[in-house]
This record gives sequence, structure tokens and C-alpha cells, in this order.
Amino acid sequence: MIILEKRPQPSRLWSVSTPVVAVIATMIFGGLLFGLLGKNPIEAIRTIFWEPLFGEFAFYYRPQLLVKGAPLVLIAIGLSLGFKAGIWNIGAEGQYIIGALTGAAVGLAFYPLEAWYIFPLMVIAGALGGWAWAMIPGILKIKFGTNEILVSLMLVYVAEQILASMALGLLKNPEGFGFPGSRNLAEYASASSWINQNAGMHWGVVTALIAVIFAYVLLNRHMLGFNIRLTGDAPRAARFAGVNPARLVLFCLGASGFLAGLAGLFEVAGPAGQVTIDFNTGYGFTAIIVAFLGRLHPFGILLAGLLMALTYIGGEIAQSNLGLPAAAIQVFQGMLLFFLLAFDLLTNYRLRLKTREAA
Amino acid sequence: MSDILLSIKGLTKAYPGVVANSNVSFDIGEGEVHALLGENGAGKSTLVKMIYGLVKPDSGTMTLRGKPYAPPEPRAARADGIAMVFQHFSLFDALNVAENIALGMENPPPMRDLARRIREVSETYGLPLDPYRTVGDLSAGERQRVEIIRCLLQDPKLLIMDEPTSVLTPQEVDILFQTLRKLSSEGTAILYISHKLEEIRALCDHATVLRLGKNVGECTPRETSARDMAELMVGTSLKTPTRAGRELGEPALDITGLSVSSPSAFGTSLKNIHLTVREGEVLGIGGVAGNGQDELLAALTGEVLCEADAVKLKGQPIGRLGPIARRELGLLTAPEERLGHAAAPDMSLTENAMLTGWVREGLQNRGFMKWGEAQTFAEKIIKAFDVRTPGPGNAARSLSGGNLQKFVIGREVLQNPSVLVVNQPTWGVDASAAAAIRQALLDLAAGGAAVICISQDLDELMEIADRFAALNEGRLSAPRETTGLTVEEIGLMMGGAHGMEVADV
Repeated sequence: MIILEKRPQPSRLWSVSTPVVAVIATMIFGGLLFGLLGKNPIEAIRTIFWEPLFGEFAFYYRPQLLVKGAPLVLIAIGLSLGFKAGIWNIGAEGQYIIGALTGAAVGLAFYPLEAWYIFPLMVIAGALGGWAWAMIPGILKIKFGTNEILVSLMLVYVAEQILASMALGLLKNPEGFGFPGSRNLAEYASASSWINQNAGMHWGVVTALIAVIFAYVLLNRHMLGFNIRLTGDAPRAARFAGVNPARLVLFCLGASGFLAGLAGLFEVAGPAGQVTIDFNTGYGFTAIIVAFLGRLHPFGILLAGLLMALTYIGGEIAQSNLGLPAAAIQVFQGMLLFFLLAFDLLTNYRLRLKTREAA
Repeated sequence: MSDILLSIKGLTKAYPGVVANSNVSFDIGEGEVHALLGENGAGKSTLVKMIYGLVKPDSGTMTLRGKPYAPPEPRAARADGIAMVFQHFSLFDALNVAENIALGMENPPPMRDLARRIREVSETYGLPLDPYRTVGDLSAGERQRVEIIRCLLQDPKLLIMDEPTSVLTPQEVDILFQTLRKLSSEGTAILYISHKLEEIRALCDHATVLRLGKNVGECTPRETSARDMAELMVGTSLKTPTRAGRELGEPALDITGLSVSSPSAFGTSLKNIHLTVREGEVLGIGGVAGNGQDELLAALTGEVLCEADAVKLKGQPIGRLGPIARRELGLLTAPEERLGHAAAPDMSLTENAMLTGWVREGLQNRGFMKWGEAQTFAEKIIKAFDVRTPGPGNAARSLSGGNLQKFVIGREVLQNPSVLVVNQPTWGVDASAAAAIRQALLDLAAGGAAVICISQDLDELMEIADRFAALNEGRLSAPRETTGLTVEEIGLMMGGAHGMEVADV
């Protein structure tokens, strides 16, 4: 019989190696899945992980890695702060939409004026929009004790309705021949978030890197980060230490909304270019996986975001080249989180073989 | 007492890294009251868990009335006539007595029959109890009665009681002992686990002493002095903390009319509490668990706020100040629950030193933590309080209870408080560490700090406190000088028998 035995303290070796082991296990079982679907498993795995980086068209896919990775990392960094403290913001997708809308609205309001201050104003508006949307579950939680998981999640659907209404109404391109969607911000020089489109560089990539460093310093060197970790480990001890739980809830939700709003703004002003009905593609939800895949550690999240972006891009190539169904790629991504959480157990527990005693 | 009921031979049980029991042997006679004596961590609990079928021994045998006995699970032990009352009750507050008892039965009879049987048993053994009362409204002594009656309904041959008096007032202990003596006279053997020597001398026929998992001696408690038993239990001669005569200074902490309603439904609200502690004084606060100790501590740490004037530190109102501001002013505290309240389990000792230490030890600068200095502070605590750990990088949860307690108390003592409030400072700590902690509290008071020690260990309070007060249902009795205070007076301050009457035994 195999039994689990709690370790006296978390194993450092396992906490570092679980993501690697989880990726390997995903490759093996994902390969099996693709094999059962009648595809060559080795080629499928190679297509997903190798093709985007070193394949024939890598010059096109590598910049895509930055474009897809940046919003994931940016949102996941914000979420990880709350997750560390046991505050579960599941609605980053909604904050991402609202950030994109408020930021885009500011940019569109200035059209066609060209001025240096337009983009900074859009950034501020996007961040505030995401922040405000995250404050709704925050304030409801501290005033009425509502569950932030439910409220933030429900607000995603509200945000999607607002997005549709904006794309069809207020923000619709007056010169768009009646088609839904706003003017293209990426083609409006003062509002574009692109730095170098061919290299995949936009301001979101820069901001994501800054956020990683900022979060690392916050968590390891600053009192606020210490309080976040303390609250996650032992809420009573945190109160005893003098942490104000309400303020911490507002900070964590606010910070994650702020970063999700920024991610939305950079996306709408660059890669997406315009406000459309189907603007959001699930970055806010995938970022939850990225946060956990990165062990809630800033640098881990950076790597996890890039890995997740890789499976996205590789998955698309596999779909078009090998004819794998989109659902199989989603299962593959789900497996990654599943194996990560399963192997995570080994950080705090060890397996022991035990012979059953004669009763 | 000629017939042997249960015979234990060479029981051994090892857990990873620690041998809980090593080759323990003893016999319990029919109708005998047998004491199992030992410090916390001596292996008493593991031993009785093996008898009760909760833990399987690695080696060794047990015989019950001449037949081999090896219960695979508690149900089998109960079927063989062995019952156990645990130290921590497993009762549902929201259900009534009969419902709680029915939950623990294999085939509960209809509620009305069960209630009748509960009444019968409770009256026979002098444990009056209304089967229809809600458990949440019962005192600790009455809850224990529920657990005892639950056992007695099985008509046991051996009743195991794990530290039954830790939650009782002296008067309630008397009532319990009458019941146990009656049970014993009717032929039920009792295995009585305790580290309280006077109780064992008053009740038990025979005692087995455990130390570090080994049987280190047997004695007849009535013929052995408490001191001899203590030395057998600890293995060395005990150092009694010394109290230097000291001058009392100005009032340091002043509580007037403190009332706080408890945040939880079955908690205890504090009602109109008054107390004053002076510099250099140790005030002991006794009382049965759950009478407002945790709430009083929370009101002093600043986790729960009250009216500004209700709590004054050296004349300054601090009732509206949170934990950090109170620490700045010199009011430090150490809660009872070590893991999860006083310390964060998964964080290192350095981080746990930071937890309360940053305010007074200057471990941060504009919000940025000075980890190097925090580690130095943690090392200082580990050294000064003899905390057994490989180093300050280890997680708090890797420490044994006693060692973590030394760390937590040390962390506060070394910050040089002007008032220190501790709750159960030596709970679950071995005797030599407990003596060291008490000495540290006395030294702190000798240095001019005021100390409030909340504890359920009356011996501890009598040993270190200058004055004694008791919490009973959220009210604090008027403090009295400890010198000359009798056990009866203390018991009455703690609420006497809480209205529990004794039926004719």
C-alpha cells in the first residue's frame, strides 16, 4: 500500500522540479492522447514545442511568443499576489475587458489629434478601469462578506455584455460602414502600443517584465509582501501581527485588476488593434493556470507565461498542419495544470511504501 | 485486585524520527484505578491509542483476561469492553446530549429509550445530566459527563481517561473522583492518564511512570511523595523557579469596565472586566478553558478593539489601537495557539521572528525588511531560550510543540516589553522547558515589567503569580494575593462546581 506522509517542511527540490516533471508527464500523456486520435504523437509534441521556436517559420512565431506571453504574465503576476494571500480573483478576464474599454475610449476621444500625452493617458485610464472593476468584489467582500470568487467571476459576463454594447454602440467606428468594432488604434500613431511590431515588442512586454521585478521585490523585501504571504499561510497569525485584512483584500484585488486592466489596454492598442465583440480570448482565465504553473513565484510566472504562450502557438500550428481538433489542444493545456497540481503534493508529502499489517 | 484484566508486554511503537513507546509492559487488575504518569511527550497518548485500537503497535503483545488482544480499530476495542474519554471532546455544539450520544453508537435505539437510559446511567453514577439540553450551553464539566456517559452506556470493563481534569475546577474534580471511585468499586478498571501528581495520589491504586517512551518505574501513589514521583517522571531533580522579592512600581496596565462580545456563536463575551497590574508584578489569571481566556487575550493584543478608555497602558488609552501600535508602546502578547496564531507554520523561524519583532527590534526601514537583522534576532532567541532546531531557516511547523513555545515566548521576552500578556505559556511543554519559561517570566517581572499570565495550570499560577484572579463565564473575579490562598477559595473564584449537583452516590 502506498501512503502519503507529511514532510516536516516543504521540499525545496520538489518545489523547483514539479513544473518540469509536470511538463514531461503532460508530454507523455498528451502524446498518448494524440496517438489515440490517430496522429503521430512524437510529431505532434514536436510541432507544439519545437516548431514555434526552431522550426522553418520560427522567425514568424517567435515574436508571437512575446505577444501572447505578455498579457498572460502581466495578469498572472497580479493574480499571484492575491492567490498567495488566499484572495481568489477569478474575474481577471472582466478586468481585462474593462481596462481595454476605458483605455481605448480615452484614445478614441482624442482621434485624430496626434500628441505625446495620449498614450500615457490611455495607460492610466486602462489601469484605473481594471482597478475599479476589481474594487467591486473587493468592497462587497469587506462590507458584506460576499465571496470574491463568485462576484469577480460573474462580473466577467457583465463586462462581456458591456464590451458588446460598446463595440456596437458608443465606440463603433463612424467610418466603419456599419460594421461592429471601433477604429483601429494600432494604426493611430499616438495611441498605438507597438514599439516594434516585427519583433513582437509592445509596451505590454516591457510592463510585464517590470511587473515581474516589482512583484519579486514586493514579496521578498517589503512588508506588504510579507503580510501577503503571512495572511496566506496563517490568517490568524497575520491579524496577530497587525495586518488589516480588509486593506489587504482591497490591495490584492486592486493590484490584480490594475495589471489586468493594463494588459487589456496594451492588447487593444496593439495586437488586437480595435474594440470588437470577441476582443477577449480568455487570457484572464489562462493566467490563473499560468500563476499556478509558475508556483506563484514572479520568475516562475515569467517562464510559465512563455510556456503557455508556446502551447497556444504550437497548438495552432498542430491544428492547421496535423489537423488536430482544437478540443484536443485544450485538453492538453488542461493536463498541464492537472499534473502540476498533482505533483505539487510531493512538495509537502512524501510517498512511502507500506506493507499491510496482518489484522 | 488479584485478577489481571489487561496485561501489556513489550509494546513498541516508532514514528519516523521518534520512538514513542519502547518495550512498555504493565498489568491492570480488575477494578483497579491505574495511573499512567509522564510528561507531555512521554508516550502516554500513543500507549493508550494502541490499547484503544487507534494505533497498531510495531511489536509487543496485549492480553485481555487471558486472551490475546489486538484491536484493529476502536470499534473492536469497544466490543471487547474498552472505552475511552478523550482530552478533547468530540461533541457537536448545536445538537443536544442524546443526539450527540446517538451519533457515536453503532445501532442507536429510539431517541426516547436512549434518553431514558442516559437518565438511568447518569443518576446511578452521580452525573446528573438532562438528555435534551443543547451541548453548546453546557459547561466543560458537563460536556465531559456526556463523554463519560457515552462510555458507560457500553458497560465497559476498562475506562481510559486522558487528562480528564484539565478542564475542571477543583470542585468538579471532586465530583468526578466520586464517580470514578464508585465505578472502580463495581469492578470497572480505570486507566487514568495525568501529569498532575496530587490527583493521582488521591485517586489511584497503582501508577506506571513513562519517560521518553520507556517504562521507568512503578509505584503505589498513596505511599510515594509527589516530589519523588515528579523526579521519577522527569528523570532529574527539578529546579523550582526562584522569585526574588521585588518592589512593585507604578500601575502599568489598567483595564476598567472592559466588555467585548465574542465574535463566534459559542464563544464567551467579556463582561465588565477590571484589573490593574503594576510594574514588577505577575498577575495570574486562572479559569476553566472557554471562559473568556482567548477573548481577553484578543482584546489585549489589539486583534479585537474596545473603547479607548477601557484599556490603559501607563495611563494612555489604547483600546482603539491595533496590534502594531500597542507593540510600539510596549504591550506584547503571546497567544495560546502556537501554530497558526502565534507563529505561521510554513514560514521560517527568521520570518516568524519578523512577525512581531519588526516593530521594536527595528527590523524594517520604510517598509523594507532587514532580513539579515531578523535572522540575527531569531538566532538570539534560539540561543537564549535553548530552542532545539537545526537553524533559523527551518519552518515553524518542523519544531516540536515545546520548542516552538520556547521560541514564541522568547521572541516576546527578548523585545523588552513593559507589559507582557501570555496565554497558557507552558501548555504541552516538558517540565524542564516549562521551568525555564516560568523563570523567564519571573526575571522579566524582576526587571520591572508587568506580566499577566493566563493559564489553566493552577500549580503554575501559584508558583509564579503575586496575585490571582479567575475568569468565569466572561467575568473576572477580584484579584487576591496568592500567598495564603487555599484550593477551595480558588475553586470558588473559578465558579465552584458551576451548579453541577451531586446525586446520591
